[in-house]
Amino acid sequence: MTASLAEDSIIRFARGVRLQHDRVRERWIIQAPERAFIPDPVAAEVLKLVDGTRTLGQIVAELASRFAAPVDVIGRDVHVMITDLINRQVLVA
Amino acid sequence: MTDTLLSPMSLLAELTHRCPLQCPYCSNPLALEPRRNELTTAEWISVLDQAAEMGVLQVHFSGGEPMSRPDLPELVRHAVGLGLYTNLITSGVLLNEKTFPVLVEAGLDHVQLSFQDIDTANAEHVGGMKGAQTRKLEAARLIAADGMPLTLNFVIYRENAARVPQMLDAAVEMGARRVEIAHTQYYGWGLANRDALMPTPAQLELTTQAVEAARVKYAGRLTIDYVTPDYYADRPKPCMGGWGRRFINISPSGRVLPCHAAETIPNVTFPDVRHDTLAWIWRESPLFTMFRGTDWMPQPCRSCDQREKDWGGCRCQALALAGDAAATDPVCSRAPDHDRIVKVLETLPAEPPPFRYRRYTRATDEVG
Repeated sequence: MTASLAEDSIIRFARGVRLQHDRVRERWIIQAPERAFIPDPVAAEVLKLVDGTRTLGQIVAELASRFAAPVDVIGRDVHVMITDLINRQVLVA
Repeated sequence: MTDTLLSPMSLLAELTHRCPLQCPYCSNPLALEPRRNELTTAEWISVLDQAAEMGVLQVHFSGGEPMSRPDLPELVRHAVGLGLYTNLITSGVLLNEKTFPVLVEAGLDHVQLSFQDIDTANAEHVGGMKGAQTRKLEAARLIAADGMPLTLNFVIYRENAARVPQMLDAAVEMGARRVEIAHTQYYGWGLANRDALMPTPAQLELTTQAVEAARVKYAGRLTIDYVTPDYYADRPKPCMGGWGRRFINISPSGRVLPCHAAETIPNVTFPDVRHDTLAWIWRESPLFTMFRGTDWMPQPCRSCDQREKDWGGCRCQALALAGDAAATDPVCSRAPDHDRIVKVLETLPAEPPPFRYRRYTRATDEVG
């Protein structure tokens, strides 16, 4: 179920799910039980920052700094994306 | 070189045909491979190395019962070391507090655990093994307690179709993250038992409703994969995502197949990993190229706007029902042989006949 997602929630991959670089096809993939998803380039940038120690707030701050974008805009988009990936059992908070 | 988009994604490693169960819908071929013909550990390790090199992302260890092979943990560990996602497809009857921790330690990513029914008496009647249900429930408990992601697989047929709602509730109670509600596929043993297994249209409708209700009820907690019997569809399924496009199946003796039923295809040599490299077999062997793409297609497939969506459906089904592996899949309402499907459904017996159990044909090829 969608738990309340807070700025200080630590974002992790669900057990049995991981981001992996596919050498042969030269792209990032999400490995999950009996399926592999292809994240779009934006999602891949977000997921590369999911390391089991960063909070949602830290991920947003890092992206805002890297892409020189406003924190509130990035924050909104990342919140929507991470909520969706939690509902799809890719991430846990 | 082949276009890298055509690199295989997924490898089904059928380690053995031996299994303590005898399900009458088993996906194994009617002629089961005896133990003496099975690939060795070293041969499987070479297969895994080659598969990873070609771009395979996920390896599914299956059977028969893959836990019948004592080298399973070693193969899992090797696959993990290659970056492959490792999935164990098991009946669970050999998964216990001794055998499971070894697989966890080897780095296994996921387990798909099969149930023949949620009703114990019928489950054990179908599987042909007393005490199997208790062992399966204990296997589910061990996996959930460890936290490894768990998928339950329920094969649906006439006798258990009414219990789909209870299966879905039980999946949540057992801590499964995914469940497959998969109607029987009618190849091999399933085809041999079709009259006993095929649900009625009313039963199919009820299972569909149960799945839809559970998708709402358990949203975000349980992913449900629902597979309908394609006899009741108007359009064929894109079998294996297209012949030789994504998927490789390796039989216990090392035959390399585009799907697990492909050994029924006549007049072609089955390539095997003891004689050729996996890369050559995938790219160039007559078996893998014979139905790849759209050039092989007859009419009405050839000019159909669905030809790169369903890839012509299922070749083994075309062979089984129309007598020609290159025919349009008779499931398709546009197929010349579609009336054969209609006839099968119209002539289902009111009382299902007894099962023909999956067994080795000769006593010397013993199971276990």
